[in-house]
Amino acid sequence: MTDDTAIREAIQGALGEHEVLLFMKGTPEAPACGFSARTVAALQALDAPFSAVDVLPDPRIRQQLSALSNWPTIPQLFFKGELVGGCDIVLEMYESGELAEALGVSTPDDAPDEAPVAAEPGAPPLQIDTSLVKQRD
Amino acid sequence: MPSADQLKTRIEDALPGSRAEVADLKGTGDHFRAVVVSPAFTGLSRIEQHRLVYDVFGAEMGGAIHALSLSTRPA
Repeated sequence: MTDDTAIREAIQGALGEHEVLLFMKGTPEAPACGFSARTVAALQALDAPFSAVDVLPDPRIRQQLSALSNWPTIPQLFFKGELVGGCDIVLEMYESGELAEALGVSTPDDAPDEAPVAAEPGAPPLQIDTSLVKQRD
Repeated sequence: MPSADQLKTRIEDALPGSRAEVADLKGTGDHFRAVVVSPAFTGLSRIEQHRLVYDVFGAEMGGAIHALSLSTRPA
C-alpha cells in the first residue's frame, strides 16, 4: 500500500467517524493561517463540537483531500462526511444562522452577530513565544 | 503573478453574463478577494457556485494564486 493510499483511506475513515470535521492549517489552539483561524472562531462562537485535522505535517494530506472533495483550498469543513465549505462559506453561513442549523446546534446568546475575527475576543494583539530565548547566567 | 484585473477578466470571460470585482488583498499578487455575480449561479449551492469560479483557475489555485476569497450570488 503506497503512502498516498494510506493517507486517502485515513481521510475517508476520519470523514466517516467524526460528525463535524475541520481540515485546517495548524490546530484550533494555534491556527497557522488567518482563514483557518476565522473558521475555528466561528465554530467556537457557536460552542459547536468539532474534530480538527492539521494538514501541515504532510503536503500529501492536502493533495488527497482536494482530490476527494474537489475543493482547492484549506480550511475545509465537513458535516457527516459532506463538504460544508471553506472559510468564506462557513462565515457567510455563520452570519445568516445557517451554520448553527446545519450543524444542529443552537446559537448561544452571547455569540456575536458578525463572524469573530479572533478566537479569543480579549486576547492580546500579539502572542510572543519566548521559550527559545536563552537566559543569561 | 496575476493582477486583480487579469483575474476579473478571466472570470468574466469564463462565465458569460457575469460581473466580477476583484481586489488584491495584500498588494503582492497572491491573495485576492472576488465578488462575483452571475446568472450561471442560479439554483446552485454556495459550494457549487464557488467551484465554478475556482475551476476558472484550475491548477493555479494554491500555486500562483495562493488565496482567493470568494463571495458569489446569482444575478
